[in-house]
Amino acid sequence: MINRTRKYAVGAVAFLTTAVLFWVPFYFVIINSLKNKSESSELNMNWPSSFHLIENYREVLTASQNMLIRAFWNSALLTVLSVLILILVSAMAGFVLQRRAGGRGTATINFLILAGLMIPPAIVPTIWVLDALSLFKTLLGITLIEVALHFSFCVILYQSFVATLPREIDESAFIDGSGGLRLFFTIIFPLLKPVTSTIIILESISVFNDFVNPLYFFPGGDNVTVQLTLYNFMSMFTTSWNLLFANILLISIPPLILFLFFNKRIVEGMTSGALKG
Amino acid sequence: MTKFSARRYSFAFLIPGGIIYFIFYLLPTVLSLFFSMTRWTLTDWEYIGFQNYVTFFSETALSIGFRNTFVYAVVTCALKVILGLLLATFLTSNIVLKSYLRSIIFFPTLLSTIAVGIAFSMMMHPSQGIINTSLAAIGITGPDWLGNTKIALLSVALVDVWKGVGIATVIYIAGIMAISKEYYEALKIDGGGSWASFRHLTMPLSRPAMNSVIILAFIGGLRSFDLIWAMTKGGPGYTTDLVASIIYKQYQAGFYGLATAGNVILFILVSVLAFPLYRYLNKNEVQL
Repeated sequence: MINRTRKYAVGAVAFLTTAVLFWVPFYFVIINSLKNKSESSELNMNWPSSFHLIENYREVLTASQNMLIRAFWNSALLTVLSVLILILVSAMAGFVLQRRAGGRGTATINFLILAGLMIPPAIVPTIWVLDALSLFKTLLGITLIEVALHFSFCVILYQSFVATLPREIDESAFIDGSGGLRLFFTIIFPLLKPVTSTIIILESISVFNDFVNPLYFFPGGDNVTVQLTLYNFMSMFTTSWNLLFANILLISIPPLILFLFFNKRIVEGMTSGALKG
Repeated sequence: MTKFSARRYSFAFLIPGGIIYFIFYLLPTVLSLFFSMTRWTLTDWEYIGFQNYVTFFSETALSIGFRNTFVYAVVTCALKVILGLLLATFLTSNIVLKSYLRSIIFFPTLLSTIAVGIAFSMMMHPSQGIINTSLAAIGITGPDWLGNTKIALLSVALVDVWKGVGIATVIYIAGIMAISKEYYEALKIDGGGSWASFRHLTMPLSRPAMNSVIILAFIGGLRSFDLIWAMTKGGPGYTTDLVASIIYKQYQAGFYGLATAGNVILFILVSVLAFPLYRYLNKNEVQL
């Protein structure tokens, strides 16, 4: 009985703590995105005297010739393209590297891939390379950058998952006469589905939320991505906190949706990936 | 594995990803060693030896980033390692609302760092911000979180922990769940309480998870850029500048050689600190 009371008391304290630490900031952003300009500039959590939901959100979406809408389009395209390429190339690489583990050359390759998890990318030389290939400030350029910079993490995830698939599968496919490509695409790739879906979720969020790489490698007004809208809008909105908060909320919606639907999967993916990586 | 069967798995599978990885990551990294020794305009360069490095370390505005980055990485890493372990222990114990609590702690990691940074810098406003107005309500005069040169870096570090402790917690939870329940039962039979089981079972047996957390958090801290940029832009003055934000400032100012030298310094910092740490932790893991 005492034990049970204690259990609920601890739960209540924990709930209150999360309310202060997590719900208050969230509430602060939401409520201020609904105020008018002068009330939001007080930065408090008071109830607004009047609500400006449609007005504020319309204004933030249409500001600077629909910059935010364009940014959503760019970010969506960048996310989908990067994740698709990433899955294809890292699944292939992870598969072969796991199957040839211990063989000649694989140790060096694994070391180079592990380095990608640790060593920060060299920025200006990367711009120089992009420029030399005429890919600087292009969507393809930034997509390939995202692929290159997330490649290591995904290869390592695939490698550890492939280790759980028995080699007998490959052998029987070889006996049936399929070559490497057919074996991979018709048999192995579908079996990698659990880790593929983890990567889809984790990498979509990480590419969508990426601020640094678009800042360096995808500059220019038309090229803006959602994370940069906050930044580009900052000077303009210094006195319009309501619009800035509306912008913050809008760009948080896609990750929020993914979180609501795939919460469990994300956590599973995080743990399996991080522990083995 | 026989040679024949290994050869069936063609290295050609590595080519598509390998080319992208090589051109857009490995090649620039190698090139940075050369370009960091030049005065560089992207179209033209002049070799100047170690001049950029000398500049980097002789100007306070630049070298402070070196110290700050180290402090920032150590503080955020230590807090994530400790808080993550405590939270995970709590969240694997017998409590109500377990799945709600687990989700809510993980949630901030999915938010945009820039958005979090901006929202917190509003809340940390010295006179109007909700943190200080709440503190004032209970009679405490809060500091100027981001304007005080002594604590600005720590304020940003705390927000970093708020945002990132969820990953640490989740990794620990996985580590703790993998510990056999029988150990805990045996300890209970021997009369050990909850402190004993934390001290003698959870702590030592979650070591692999702890190692992952240390490495992830430490490297993340060394490379950190967006949060500091959203909250202080390196200010007040340059007291919160990290190597990564200095690289950006030098890049913006057109000092490409100097920015690249900053990159190489960061690269060396990671290699000198994180690689040995990684090896040391892995070695200890084997001994366990």
